[in-house]
Order: sequence, then C-alpha cells, then structure tokens
Amino acid sequence: MLDIATAYNKYKFLGTDYLTWIWFLIETDQNISLLVNSKDAITLEVGNSIVLENKLGDKSKEKITIKGDQAGLEEGTTALKKGAYVTQINLICKINKDEYRFTIKGESFNITGLKTPKTNLSNKKDEIEGLVLEKTFYCFNIFNVIDTLFLKYIEKRTADDWKTKELQDIKNWVGSF
Amino acid sequence: MGLISSTHSISRYHIDGKIEGSLTEIVRNGLIKHSIPKIESEYDEISAGWTPVESPYNPDFDKFSFLFGTYFLFSLRIDKKSIPAKLIQKYMSIEIEKKKDKSGRDFISKNEKSEIKEMVIDILMHKIPAIPNIYDVLWNYEEKNLYLYTTQKAANEFFETIFLKSFNLKPIRLFPYTIIETKSLFSNSQKDRIQTLVPLKYSRKSYA
Repeated sequence: MLDIATAYNKYKFLGTDYLTWIWFLIETDQNISLLVNSKDAITLEVGNSIVLENKLGDKSKEKITIKGDQAGLEEGTTALKKGAYVTQINLICKINKDEYRFTIKGESFNITGLKTPKTNLSNKKDEIEGLVLEKTFYCFNIFNVIDTLFLKYIEKRTADDWKTKELQDIKNWVGSF
Repeated sequence: MGLISSTHSISRYHIDGKIEGSLTEIVRNGLIKHSIPKIESEYDEISAGWTPVESPYNPDFDKFSFLFGTYFLFSLRIDKKSIPAKLIQKYMSIEIEKKKDKSGRDFISKNEKSEIKEMVIDILMHKIPAIPNIYDVLWNYEEKNLYLYTTQKAANEFFETIFLKSFNLKPIRLFPYTIIETKSLFSNSQKDRIQTLVPLKYSRKSYA
C-alpha cells in the first residue's frame, strides 16, 4: 500500500469523480438498489447543497457553492460543462422507509451533519444500550451504501467498456444542459 | 457531537492487526492505562485520554461500560487550555507598567517584553481551566472498522496517537484509496489499473 499521505493526495480525485457520478445517477433516475445489489429500496436525492471546484490555468481554483432547499442547480451543471467536479454534496438517502441526510466530502469521505432516522429510545440508563445499538445500525447502514456504491463506481471505471458506455452516458448528460 | 446525538460528523478508520489474548480485558486495560487523568494538571496545556461514554467527567471504566452489544464504545476527551489574546494583552500591559515604575525608565527592551510575555502566559496557563471536548469512538473489532465522531483534524491526530499507544493497533484513515485497499475484493491487476486512472474532465477532449 502507498504511503497514506501520498495516497490521499494522489487519489482524492476518485472521491470527487465519484460524487459527480452520484449526481449523474440521481439526475438520470438510476436504480441504486440494483447498483448496490440490495433487496432494500434505496433512493438518493440531492439535498440542500452542492459544492464544485474548477481548476483554473494559473494554479488557482474556482469554487461554486449552491445552497438552499429550493436552489436551482443550473450554475452547477454549467460549471460541470466547464470542467468542474463535485467536491462536496448534501444527500438524502432513503433505505426503505428510513431517511438519512448528510453531507459527504469527496476527498476524505468525511460525513458531516448526518441525521439518521428518528428513534423512540432515550439516553436513560435502561435504554442507553438499545439506543447505541440502533444508532450504530443506522450509521453502518449509510456507510454500507456509500462504500458499496463507491466500489461499484470503481468497478465500472476500470471496466473495458467504461469509455464507450458509462462515460459516454455521463458526457451525454453533461452535454444535455 | 457523539453517537447518541441527533446529528453526527464522522471520520472512519480501518484497524490493522489483531489483539492476541482476551480481547475485552486487553481493551479495558488499554482504556484504563490511557484514560484522561481524573485530576487536571495545572501545568499541561493539553491533556487527552479515554473516558466512558456515559461518564465523560469521571473516567472510571470499572463502573461504566465500554461494551455495547458486540461493539466497543468509549470517548476521547481532549482538555485544552486556551488563553484569549486580549487577556494576555491586558496582563502584559499591567506588567510592563510595573517594570517601568520599578526601573525608573520610560521604556523597556524587546527582550524584557518577551520575558514579560512568557511570564504572563505561564501564570495565566496555571490559573485558567482547560476546556473539554468529547468525541465518541465506536469500534467494530470483528469488522476492523472504527468510527470517530468528529472530522476535526487535531482530534483525529490525537486519536491516532492514543489509539496506537493503547492497543498497539494502527488505525488507517478511510478515504477513497484506502477503502479500495481495505474493503474491496479487486484483483491485483484491477488495483494496478486503478493506479493508472486520472481525473475525469467532461468539458474538453481529454477523457480518461
């Protein structure tokens, strides 16, 4: 395995490319359950923010932040067309009836603002273990979706037909704006 | 914010290696050995260590559990003394005036100023209480997974150091590359192929 710091910097684009792909999956209404090979009904939606970055020629970067519950994503799609990539996205993931909201950062896969489904248990002494196990279950669930979908993306990205199939579809989607 | 709060910030680790012997006892001993001191040291700027999730200010692992189902759950507490700059400025000004009065001069040298600053910081550091920050740690030993309920860089660094010291196991941060290395079933040739990938561009002709 490569040195951790080197690997982080060299391959952080895999995370940002992945988030861009997730946006593509959402906008083109693809079947997430099928992609992660799950019996659960899994859906993804873009939540209330998306951040893109575009490297400019002079080593500087352009950052595009779209925020708000009803925000239009046109600026983001225009940025994609200009060569930007998604660095951070707020997602709403539904697994059967359970809803999860969170923001994921592409380069680190750090999760912030994760709201898991509500629980009826409290942190009183006799309920704490149940509460911990329920919360743990929810956290494992969401990371399972993120990781499985990411590995699926890498599998597609390294497949022989990537350039002729999936990449072509993404290009068509970006070109459709 | 911890595991049982309403919103979470999480960074993840893969735990490399195995514990030989009685797992729960070894974990308990590691937690106790590196628990945060009960009595705050007035000299330390930063103090960090483990504490039970249910009792963040009384690090007693005999009284409070760290085993929930099949998971280990405990907290990392980092106590840090932080002196506001304005407080340093205030006491420096007072001490500089005292020095001038004592010496009969109407100025003091650069060296004297830095000596006064050092002294002021030293005195304030002893007087000021440390501010505690608590981050939960959820460890699924069987799956070699660990969640640290924060994404703050400094807390991550403290965690990595103390965890290695406590259990002699190396926590590896999970991010795109390490997820592939630790969680995938990709063959070596697939991994070689991944290493040749370059960032995608959708705008111009250079498609990877």
